[in-house]
Amino acid sequence: MEKVLMKGNEIIGEAAIRSGCKLFFGYPITPSTEVVEYLSKHLPPKGGTVLQAEDEIGAINMCYGAACTGSRVLTASSSPGVSLKQEGISYSAAVELPMVIVNVNRCGPGLGGLGPAQSDYFQSVKGGGHGDYRLIVLAPSTAQELYDFTMQGFDLADQYRNPVLILTDGFLGQTMEPVVLKERPEPPKVDRSWVVDGAKGREKRILASYSLTNEIGEDNNLRWEKKYKNIQEKEQQWEEFHTEDAEYLLVSYGTTGRICKSTVLNARKKGIKLGLIRPITLWPYPEKAFIPYKDKVKGIVTVELNTGQMIEDVKLAVECKMPVHLYRRQGGMLPNEHEILDYVEDIFSLTAVEEV
Amino acid sequence: MEKIFARSKGLTDVAFSFCPGCTHGTIMRLIAEVLEELEIIEDTIGISPVGCAGFCQNFFSCDFIGAPHGRAQAVGIGVKRALPDRTVFTYQGDGDIAAIGTQHAIHAAARGEKITSIMVNNAIYGMTGGQMAPTTIEGMKTSTSPYGRDNILDGAPMDFPKVIANLEGAVYVASVSVDSPKNIKKAKEAIKKAFKVQQAGLGFALVSVLSTCPTNWGMTPVDSLNWLRENMMPIYEMGELKVTEEVEAL
Repeated sequence: MEKVLMKGNEIIGEAAIRSGCKLFFGYPITPSTEVVEYLSKHLPPKGGTVLQAEDEIGAINMCYGAACTGSRVLTASSSPGVSLKQEGISYSAAVELPMVIVNVNRCGPGLGGLGPAQSDYFQSVKGGGHGDYRLIVLAPSTAQELYDFTMQGFDLADQYRNPVLILTDGFLGQTMEPVVLKERPEPPKVDRSWVVDGAKGREKRILASYSLTNEIGEDNNLRWEKKYKNIQEKEQQWEEFHTEDAEYLLVSYGTTGRICKSTVLNARKKGIKLGLIRPITLWPYPEKAFIPYKDKVKGIVTVELNTGQMIEDVKLAVECKMPVHLYRRQGGMLPNEHEILDYVEDIFSLTAVEEV
Repeated sequence: MEKIFARSKGLTDVAFSFCPGCTHGTIMRLIAEVLEELEIIEDTIGISPVGCAGFCQNFFSCDFIGAPHGRAQAVGIGVKRALPDRTVFTYQGDGDIAAIGTQHAIHAAARGEKITSIMVNNAIYGMTGGQMAPTTIEGMKTSTSPYGRDNILDGAPMDFPKVIANLEGAVYVASVSVDSPKNIKKAKEAIKKAFKVQQAGLGFALVSVLSTCPTNWGMTPVDSLNWLRENMMPIYEMGELKVTEEVEAL
């Protein structure tokens, strides 16, 4: 299989093309712009369409329309742009449309800066837009995962008829790394009997989310809830790193999840039994990952690039059976592996542990 | 006995739910007749907005997608770009296309998107109970302009088709009315042309149709039609506002 050196954002574009995505609607915003630039160059020669919309609202609604036809469709943006897309994302979730949305998270609130951040965790996993819906949220931490998860995202979107969000950041988006351009996996067999493409030889179809009858409204919510529960049961994904004998756990995803691996290795050198749970699906949150450690581990530190957002889901997952602390950097700053370990040693009073 | 008048095949058998004297039903019937006459019912995807106009998704016999408020054209463009050989039209109120969705209308026209938009202008937000729209005329009382629209405070009403006609990608723009049999006939001709423009792939087409809202205007159906003639038609430029040479040749 072909191995190439590519920028993170471009990898997303290449993975989309190789996933059979023929349509991209977007609006440029740093640090996500290379996605639209890469696709503008490489998708049209392969028979696809890239349209630079008037704004993010236009782009997400174009995705909504295209997804109604059963076509694979992608959009990519960064935090303020993703905020603008929220109405359209809510509608897409309500009509149960498969699509892939990329958020190259930059720091905020407001216009913020371009540095890596995880400040959009709540927006990504708790709904983001109005109404009660969920997106499947995948959090890559390497170039290879940007490629793999984009491909997987299209399949999950089709399989569950649900929008999928790839939550990455400016660090991953701008970093060049080697990637193996794997073949597209066998796509899931999906029902297309809902697609709107002209009522030729069949009854007309309507894709809409309007209901003025409360009873029908509740039925709809129950149907979506059932789907979300099924996804929660089947699709939790995470990586464990030196967890088996761990006395303390780090929990971190994406860029910081990657940094935490170095922290774990350094801790082990000092005799501290530290492990890492790295969530891959942020929704559904990988609660199952914590089950073996609930009664075993002495304490947890979540490492985040925000004021502490994922920590709430960690506390729920471990039912607050142990202390759960937060180590965070913000505003586009990244922690290094040493400062994370210093915090772990300090918060759990581990400084007396002898070096091995 | 010979049947000389029947429901258009472009409509389902769902009964219209509009208030007495509302002209939405007339406009929808005209579009349905055009779809039938051009034999494109099975190739057409309609995009509905919110409000009373949004119910059109149940009345037309073609496939339909319900769009967020103001986003019908963006949704329609997504469909058209995915399925270029299908016919796509949006059915939108004046508030939908000329207030909350202005950016999509302007850029659909600027890009010459090959879709057809029908704008229904009744100078008011109907379903939400009659609030001021960008098309509400000076002095007109609505629930959010209870002392009458003040052009100093609220600006003058927007003649939106004229805005669209300025853009190069808009190849056919017409403003029509359904207040009389004669004007209904003209309206149908304009709507038909707007669909033919799309079939020929010439660019963006917009037909604005002046419409009544007797309930929120607080008038009888007959008075509403008179009011439309006397107050709206002088303000909004009527007729074909833009017909490019290619469209002329159709």
